[in-house]
Amino acid sequence: MPAATSGIIRFEGATKVFPGRGKGAEVRAVDDVTLDIREGEIFGVIGQSGAGKSTLVRLINALERTTGGDVVVDGVSLGSLSEARLRPVRAGIGMVFQQFNLLSSRTVSGNVAYPLEVAGWPRAKRDARVAELLDFVGLADKAGVYPSTLSGGQKQRVGIARALATNPRILLADEATSALDPETTRDVLDLLQRVNRELGITVVVITHEMDVVRSICHRVAVMDRGHVVEVGEAYQVFSAPGHDVTRRFVATALRDRPSPEVLARLRTRHAGHIVTVGVDEVAGSSAVLTRTLREHGVDGTVVFGGITEVAERPYGSLTVELVGDGAAVEAAVAALRAVTWVDDHGRADA
Amino acid sequence: MSGDWERLTPLLWEAAGQTAYMVLIALLVGGFLGLALGLGLYLTRPGNLLQHRFVFAVLNLAVNIVRPIPFIIFLVALGPLTRAVIGSTIGIEAFTFAMCIMATFVFARLVEQNLVSIDPGVVEAARAMGASPLRIVRTVLVPEALAPLILGYTFLFVGVLDMSAIGGYLGAGGLGDFAIVYGYRQYDWAVTAVVVVIIVLIVQAVQWLGNGLARRALRR
Repeated sequence: MPAATSGIIRFEGATKVFPGRGKGAEVRAVDDVTLDIREGEIFGVIGQSGAGKSTLVRLINALERTTGGDVVVDGVSLGSLSEARLRPVRAGIGMVFQQFNLLSSRTVSGNVAYPLEVAGWPRAKRDARVAELLDFVGLADKAGVYPSTLSGGQKQRVGIARALATNPRILLADEATSALDPETTRDVLDLLQRVNRELGITVVVITHEMDVVRSICHRVAVMDRGHVVEVGEAYQVFSAPGHDVTRRFVATALRDRPSPEVLARLRTRHAGHIVTVGVDEVAGSSAVLTRTLREHGVDGTVVFGGITEVAERPYGSLTVELVGDGAAVEAAVAALRAVTWVDDHGRADA
Repeated sequence: MSGDWERLTPLLWEAAGQTAYMVLIALLVGGFLGLALGLGLYLTRPGNLLQHRFVFAVLNLAVNIVRPIPFIIFLVALGPLTRAVIGSTIGIEAFTFAMCIMATFVFARLVEQNLVSIDPGVVEAARAMGASPLRIVRTVLVPEALAPLILGYTFLFVGVLDMSAIGGYLGAGGLGDFAIVYGYRQYDWAVTAVVVVIIVLIVQAVQWLGNGLARRALRR
């Protein structure tokens, strides 16, 4: 855990109201948010689309201006600064985007060099810094190619290199992994974690995926309709969600298979034969499980697991304690193996 | 083939020179001013970098009024301004002046439309890095839209060449005038045909060049 010093980013009743389009009603995208983001932490902001999280993060580098309250970054109150005065503040805050937003007219190194040009670095210093950054994100061999030839994950790593170019103290990641596949998401999250650990940069992660929060965030704020409804240590929020919206998000990151530790604890409570049975639309359902056990005269008690929906189909597993005659249990497990995967944990006394 | 080509050839060269003069100046001036006006339209549009409802409305209205006017009518309507600037309403300078103005408005709309197609995300990224609006124009908007801008400029070339065809109306000469005077009015279809072929070849060559440059600028 990073040292918890006072807030490097402070929202003080920050409010952003967009005027209605035409005769439409005004939109209170961010509504009276008070929040401290501490130096050196990875802070997550999670919410459904339209919850106001993208607007909230844009208040930090004043891409959007508050219409009420204030945002204080590194002791500087943004509400009072003119557009021209804000430019140097922005240059000290890196930002990566869901759609990467690389310049297609520039090569990878040209993109990374862009903020350095804006900051007025001389050519030689720029070149050295670009090489260093591409090395850090593992793309040294791609310096001369155009972004259109890169994969999504590579584009995002260029985006991160670009965001880090001017040695910012804060990095904003707006749905940085939402356009990526799970494996690439993992790579990019690892990189964000390295940015935080090795460079000590405060990272603010905007996401709608609880998995992102689960894997890298120290603390998290949950947003709903412009309000922050819950803030806390990520672990706390996961283990004891205090708001319906939070509970819904936690459910999305549900882990249905028992870890060895969980299994050990289950053993202390359940003396019978324990198996984990896969449940999905193709291979089997809980109905199949129930029927199979009944046919073999075996009693089954669900002790762990979860069934969630992936692409609108049931998916998950149930960990079941089987109680009955030894041979009948064996036969039931064999029958289940014929239709789905079974992880046989055996008996405690076996 | 009819026609007295020994007499006509030098005249044809002269006409081609006049067309080149008119077209090149209109392209240069119209291209530059049109780019500026188009950028002005784009930047002041509500929601964009220098949004300004009033300025945008004025520019937009001006472009919408000027652009659809048939060029031959525009020539006459512009007469007073042409006299004030050039000192005369006839001759190649007066005619080229009118071409420059029309080309500016035509290109302005093309530029604006091409800029609108740029992903607002890259502009936002540049803002987030602390870039000023002027720098964003120079380093993001123009380079990112370069390929369509080149194609738009190629389109402008054809439009300007088209305008130049009625140069004879103000005594400006040019290939169009040559085709009318020595072809149409003398019932010499061969002369008209030769001029048409020359114009088609020029347009083809320029379009080929424009496509090639645009492809190189696209890099994907």
